[in-house]
Amino acid sequence: MDYLISVISIAGINIIMALSFYLPFMTGQISLGQAGFMSIGAYASAVCTVKFGLPYVPAVLIGGLSAAIVGFILGIPALRIKGIYLLLLTLGFGEIVRVVFINIDYIGAAAGFPGIPYQEHTLLYAYGMILILIVFFNRLRKSRMGRAFQAVGSDENAAEVIGVNIIAVKLVAFSSGAFIAGMGGGIFAHYQEYIEPFMFDVMHAVEFIVFTIFGGIQIFWGPIFGAFVLTLVPEFLRFIQEWRMELYGALLIVMMIVRPQGIISLDSVKMVENGLQRLFGKKTAGGLSPGQTESK
Amino acid sequence: MILEIKNIIKYFDGFCALMNVGLGVEENALHAIIGPNGAGKTTLFNLISGMFDVSEGKIDFRKRPIDGLKPHQRARLGISRTFQIVRLFGQMSVLENVMLGSHCKTKSGLLKTFFRISTKELEEEKITRENAMRWLEFVGIPHKADQVAVNLPHAEQRLVEIARALGQDPDLLLLDEPAAGMNPKETLDLESLIVKINEMGKTVLLIEHNMDLVMEISHVISVLNFGAKIAEGKPSEIQKNPAVIEAYLGRKR
Repeated sequence: MDYLISVISIAGINIIMALSFYLPFMTGQISLGQAGFMSIGAYASAVCTVKFGLPYVPAVLIGGLSAAIVGFILGIPALRIKGIYLLLLTLGFGEIVRVVFINIDYIGAAAGFPGIPYQEHTLLYAYGMILILIVFFNRLRKSRMGRAFQAVGSDENAAEVIGVNIIAVKLVAFSSGAFIAGMGGGIFAHYQEYIEPFMFDVMHAVEFIVFTIFGGIQIFWGPIFGAFVLTLVPEFLRFIQEWRMELYGALLIVMMIVRPQGIISLDSVKMVENGLQRLFGKKTAGGLSPGQTESK
Repeated sequence: MILEIKNIIKYFDGFCALMNVGLGVEENALHAIIGPNGAGKTTLFNLISGMFDVSEGKIDFRKRPIDGLKPHQRARLGISRTFQIVRLFGQMSVLENVMLGSHCKTKSGLLKTFFRISTKELEEEKITRENAMRWLEFVGIPHKADQVAVNLPHAEQRLVEIARALGQDPDLLLLDEPAAGMNPKETLDLESLIVKINEMGKTVLLIEHNMDLVMEISHVISVLNFGAKIAEGKPSEIQKNPAVIEAYLGRKR
C-alpha cells in the first residue's frame, strides 16, 4: 500500500512537470529546461523550510515564484530564437543551473541538501495542484489568451499580423511554465527529504517531453495521461526485472507508429464531452451548445 | 488620405523589390493594385502590415508615421490583412479563428481568466463570440462555425480569413488575391462581399489578378511592374494605358 501511494505520488509530480512543459509548448516553445526550473523550485522551497522555518505551502509557492522569475529573465533572450536553437539554449540553461547548485556550499553543494521536512500528505497536495491546473487549462482553452497561445503555436507571423503581441504571449507562457515546474520541484523536495543537483539532469527534462508526446499534444489531458501511465508502467513491469526498460522503450516505439498524435487527441476529448453532455443532457440544457460545455 | 506611402524602397540582399514607390489611398476607397507576377505587390502589403521594414521611405497611416511599429501594433491602429496563401490556424475551429480577430480589441489576461475576479471576462468572451458569429454571418458561412478550419473547402477558408480580418474592426483592409483559386460563382459572391465591406465604410486595398473583378469594382487602380509604379487611375483609363498594355502583353512589333 505504501509502495502504491509512493508510485502514485511520484506520478502526480510527473504530471505537474509534464504540464509545466506543455504550457510553453502550446505557443511553440520546446523547452529542455524544465528540470532546471524544477531544481530551482526544489532548492528555493527547501531553503525556505529548512533555513527559515517557513511552512510547507508558502515555501512551495516561493519555489514556484523563484523559478518563474528566472524563467522570465531567461525568456527575454530565449524568445528571439525558436525551434532547435531554443532547445539548445534551454538545455544549456538546465546544465548551468545544475553546475551552479553543485558549487553552492550553503545548500550542500555536490553532497546534496539533506533534512528537508517530509510532507506526508504529498499525494493530496500534488493532486490538489493537478486539479487546480486542470481547471486552469480548461478555462484557458476557451479564453482569449488560450486562443492566442494556440495561434502563436500554429503560425507566429499570422498571429502577429492579426494583432497578437507574440513576445508578450510567449513570455507569459514560458514563465508560467517555469512557475508550475518550480512548484513541482517544491513538492518533490519535501517528498524526497533529500535533494542533490544530479536529480535534475537533462534526462528528466527529456522524460517530461516523452510524457507529453506519448499522451498527446493537442490538449492538456495528453500530458496528464502520458505522465501517469508512463510512471506506472515501469513499476508494474518489475516482475520481468531487467527487461522492463526494454519493454518500455518498445512500447514507445509502437505507440509512435500506431498513434503518432499521442493517445489522447482533441477528438477523443470532444467525444467524451459530448457523451457526458448527453448523459446529463437535462442538467446542461440551459442554453449550452456543444463546444462550450464548461465555459459558463 | 488614410494611407500615404512616400517613395519607399525595399531591398532583399541587393535585389530591389520596390523602387521608389509612392501611393496614396483615399479614405473609403476601393483601391486595387495590379501587375504581373513578381511586380512587388505582396511585398508592398508586407511593408504596410509590418512584416518587413522598408529600406528607405515612409509610410503614414492617418497622417501618423507607422514605420518601426510591430505588426500587432499596426493591427491595433486599424490595419488588417489577408494572405495570398490562406493562413488560418488550422486545428482551431472556424469560430475560434474569427474570435482571434478581436484579440487586439479585448483585454482579458491569463490570471484574470483563471481567477475570474469579476464577471468582466465572461462578459467579454460572450461579446467576442457574438461578434465573431456576426462576421461569419456577414461572409455567409455561419453554419460552419464549429468545424475545424483546415477541413473547409478553399473558398470558404478564404471567407474565414476575411471574417477574421474584419473581426479586428479595421479601418483599412488589405486583401491579397482573395479570388485566387475560386470558381466563377465564388468569385462573383466575393465581388459583392468586397463591395459590401467597402460600403460599410472600410477602406479596401486589393491585390487581384482577376481583371473582370478588378475593373468592375475598383475606384482607383495602381499598376506595379518590376518594383515600380507605372500607372494609376480609374479602371477605364488603366485599360487604355499603353504602358500597362506593354507590361502585360509586351510591345507591339
